[in-house]
Amino acid sequence: MTRLKSDVRHPIHVSLNGEPVAGEAEPRTLLSDFLRHQLGATGTHVGCEHGVCGACTVVVDGMLTRSCLTLAAQVDGCEIKTVEGLAPAADRLGVLQQAFRRHHALQCGFCTAGILMSLDHYLARNPAPIEAEIRDLLSGHLCRCTGYTPIIQAALEAAAQLASSKKETSDA
Amino acid sequence: MVQAAVQSANSVDQSGDKPWVGRSIERVEDAALLSGRGRFIDDLGVQPGTLHATILRSPHAHADIVSIDVEAARRLPGVAAVLTGEQIKAVTTSLVVGVKAPVECWPIAVERVRYVGEPVAVIVATDRARAEDAAELINVAYRPRAATVDPLGAIAPGAPVLHDGFPGNLASDRAFRYGDPEKAFADAPHRFSIDIRYPRNCCTPIETYGVVASHDAGEDAFEVLANFQGPFSIHTVIARALKVPGNRLRLRTPPDSGGSFGVKQGVFPYIVLIAAAARVTGRPVKWIEDRLEHLTASVSATNRATTLAAAVAADGKILALDWDQVEDCGAHLRAPEPATLYRMHGNMTGAYDIGHVRIRNRVVVTNKTPTGLNRGFGGPQVYFALERLMQRIAIGLGLDPLDVIKRNLIEAGAFPYRTATGALLDSGNYQDAIARAVEQGKLAELKARRDAARAEGRLYGIGFTAVVEPSVSNMGYITTVLTAAERRKAGPKNGAQATATVGLDPVGSVTVHVASVPQGQGHRTVLSQVVADVFGLEPKDIRVNTEIDTAKDAWSIASGNYASRFAAAVAGTAKLAAERIAGRLARIAASQLNVEAADIVFAKGFVASRHNPENRIAFSRVAALSHWSPGSLPDDGGQTIRETVFWTPPELTPPGEDDRINSSLCHGFIFDFCGVEIDRTTLQTRIDRYVTMHDCGTILHPGMVNGQIRGGFAQALGAALYEEYAYAEDGSFLTGTLADYLLPTTTEVPEPEIFHMETPSPFTPLGAKGVGEGNCMSTPVCLANAVADALRVADITLPLVPARLAELVRGAEPPPPAGGVAAVPAREADRRLRGEGQASVRGTPEQVWAMLLDPATLQSIIPGCQRVDKITETHFRADVTLGIGPVTGRYRADVELFDLDPPRAVTLRGSATGALGFGSAEGRIMLAPDGSGGTKLTYSYDAAIGGKIASIGGRLLDGATRVIIGQFFAALARKAGGGGASGGFSLFALLAKFADRFGGRR
Repeated sequence: MTRLKSDVRHPIHVSLNGEPVAGEAEPRTLLSDFLRHQLGATGTHVGCEHGVCGACTVVVDGMLTRSCLTLAAQVDGCEIKTVEGLAPAADRLGVLQQAFRRHHALQCGFCTAGILMSLDHYLARNPAPIEAEIRDLLSGHLCRCTGYTPIIQAALEAAAQLASSKKETSDA
Repeated sequence: MVQAAVQSANSVDQSGDKPWVGRSIERVEDAALLSGRGRFIDDLGVQPGTLHATILRSPHAHADIVSIDVEAARRLPGVAAVLTGEQIKAVTTSLVVGVKAPVECWPIAVERVRYVGEPVAVIVATDRARAEDAAELINVAYRPRAATVDPLGAIAPGAPVLHDGFPGNLASDRAFRYGDPEKAFADAPHRFSIDIRYPRNCCTPIETYGVVASHDAGEDAFEVLANFQGPFSIHTVIARALKVPGNRLRLRTPPDSGGSFGVKQGVFPYIVLIAAAARVTGRPVKWIEDRLEHLTASVSATNRATTLAAAVAADGKILALDWDQVEDCGAHLRAPEPATLYRMHGNMTGAYDIGHVRIRNRVVVTNKTPTGLNRGFGGPQVYFALERLMQRIAIGLGLDPLDVIKRNLIEAGAFPYRTATGALLDSGNYQDAIARAVEQGKLAELKARRDAARAEGRLYGIGFTAVVEPSVSNMGYITTVLTAAERRKAGPKNGAQATATVGLDPVGSVTVHVASVPQGQGHRTVLSQVVADVFGLEPKDIRVNTEIDTAKDAWSIASGNYASRFAAAVAGTAKLAAERIAGRLARIAASQLNVEAADIVFAKGFVASRHNPENRIAFSRVAALSHWSPGSLPDDGGQTIRETVFWTPPELTPPGEDDRINSSLCHGFIFDFCGVEIDRTTLQTRIDRYVTMHDCGTILHPGMVNGQIRGGFAQALGAALYEEYAYAEDGSFLTGTLADYLLPTTTEVPEPEIFHMETPSPFTPLGAKGVGEGNCMSTPVCLANAVADALRVADITLPLVPARLAELVRGAEPPPPAGGVAAVPAREADRRLRGEGQASVRGTPEQVWAMLLDPATLQSIIPGCQRVDKITETHFRADVTLGIGPVTGRYRADVELFDLDPPRAVTLRGSATGALGFGSAEGRIMLAPDGSGGTKLTYSYDAAIGGKIASIGGRLLDGATRVIIGQFFAALARKAGGGGASGGFSLFALLAKFADRFGGRR
């Protein structure tokens, strides 16, 4: 294992939403701070810095990850996906994001990025979830505004839409 | 005339199209928030050279500051300043205190700390990490004082006194009398009484506080960006504390705010602190609060001890109420407290027609975090007592609880109704609302479910609550805390100025600005609907800005996002502003179209003649005229470029000579009922069904109204079942992480069944009333009533955690069986850690023994150890830096060895102190040959901790302890000659664990 000098900033190279980017981090720098303050990807939010609230959730090499419990130095060379990478285009929302908007599944929007990342990751692997599964998945996220129900509804509707569009594609 | 034309335009001109108001359109806010482009305070860049602050906080609930040694911290490269109370005091004045008393209220401890988490020093450095490094180098010597955390305990004789200016810890004591309560009680056949302890909790937004401040020495002017939420009466408090006139404090808010629920009002002492730091350093300073700070020391709702008695007739009719409220505002009475106690003053009779009321209100200070705004604001505390009492009356008289509620409701024909304590209830039909809820919510079916469950021996109960939800606070209500004579001297305070600005630009597009400072409530969307309806446009044509800049924008002390004032006051004011411009546009269009202004309608992007719709002109063309050709405007029309309206309802009068106060403008009505089942084994409460009926007047956006109800319900459910800001008796804060302060998640929150009826308010421009806080008032007591019904118990205290219900049902838990090492006699209050374990290390017991007693070895293997000094053969001192969860800190440990039995056993006893906590511990380590040349260590320990570190929950502490012990033994094993010490432990662990970190109390 490489030993990093504690008082030195080390170069970190990652793929962020498909684009190669680089920054510098002290060994103690959290991934959440690195993303936000070094790479300018401020869509990932920090709510508790002890892994409970889920706001900072990102995907690292295909794994859901609390970026507040991960050091930037740990992800050197990794592929990272954040909320900024969810929309198909800057002026167009993805299926899941649109469902959130339709269902008023967010109010202040501070916790939303983490929830979207968990759902995006989950729905890609579990195309036909039931409500209990979505509730179980999202029990690792805290939202203080919505009371959660609209989030669950949006997730289920998005899952159905994604499944039917996939079916159409494969039928074609 | 013009006004009439505009108004008829709104309804007719849509030519069959529905108005936008009342429709659940998609929110304009969402696209950015859903794609990571929100602009919350910590997402915004800062000026190059901006410094970053961190705050060193008190681990003690009550102590004198003997000395603060900041030299090492100041010398650390990158540190710009270390400011203690003394330095802050030099550039500020005390924050104003909400009652007349000779006390000071600083945003940082001055000579004495009064609650765990109180700021002791502000460290400003080139980056946050550097500032935190420096904070660890500050040595503060405290002389602890006795602490008081219970409101009734604080006013008992002999309690430790926090402020000399509040003798006996009493900040205010007022008695009120309305009607003839003494006679009513004397004449009544029945008297019922209830004692309530309402706990401390907080709506806990996921985004914490943030402040960026700078100071221009040339003009002595401050610029502050903060996720403050209002009320902007606090602007005057901040400016005064910073010793500048209001026009030299430019306070701005970021475009997005990550939830507030009242809580971000409490950022204001930190605005003072960070602005002072900016002034001292001459550089912009930024501070973002962390979660531990937020839970420990931001703000919370008040906890309250209430005794409520009712004089009751035989049929359940309440003749009089007698309130005795003791409000715990924490260590300082910060503005706007004691507002939590007085916000409900006009509504102390709830939804009921009760003519005689007596009230005694006492405000006390305790060694806990100062309180402030929190969703529901006084409502949960009042309704918990009132609605619990309603159930007790029903049980006492052998009546149905719902019948007792119905018997006391204000008559539908009585509105507007003046309550005994002065509120003017604007409108409602409470009987109808209840009837609809019972019908639509299927109460009969729920009762059948309960009966069936009970027949099977299950614990099932039903609760009811009727609540009047006040909204749009009268800024004068807080002066009810003063006597009439004091009020005369101070001058009248009343009203609530809402403001909105509507502007038309040179191409005729419409801009709206309000000072409502939303934190996620979708104000921009609703305002676009309201204004689109006035101009016959679509919401997408209206651009709304809700950021506030006190240097440029229209605002008043009532501005901000609190008291559920948006829909009722702010949205209505925006409508008034748009209508003023529309009226002028109608005159312009009338002259251009050659028709009377009364014939003008606004629809589908055109201004047209009602009678001849083909005779029309594009809205944008009329709208732009004021810019391009003011000379062609009708003489009497006035400009149409920008209109700012200030609106304050005349009903919001100051308190009268008789202390009656119309504390709020609007009064919605809520009727809730629910069925809960309590597991006989685990005593976990499960909500089977929850029905909530709301009458919030005219609904502007049904989706958002339901969003407010669901969100409030979820927070109330947390308050009822899980959440409490818990303090040990010594004032240690015990719930400093979200693993200890439990917020409900997707798996705990069911969907409430929501029903509506709409009785418009006659006092607001749109007929809307507030809706955001109601369930925070109704739901905790509704659930408590259901649980009381299920368990058939009289006294219920929140939160309804299984352990508390177990005590109710089964009595107190017996003490655990004796065993383990002899414990240090611990104060009840401390958080205790006990444990035992084993580890194997290479080397003989003699070798290991020698290592464990050698300072150099210890220093190299104790996790985080900077140095170990051997004072005597059996006395060590160590400096250790350890992190547990979010809490990293430096500790100075003092450890002595007893009962030495070399090389077989030793007892360690010690204490530790650090910025993050203090504690004491005792442990015993035994060494024995493991039969293969190594040593087997067996250990046990018993530690008690206090201070900041105590706020980390048992789970985190235990986990961290295991990790640290593991690290210790791994290091010991390495030192002992390689090999893996698996699952190690040791003297060290002891050292590290007990002594160093958690360590001792003194």
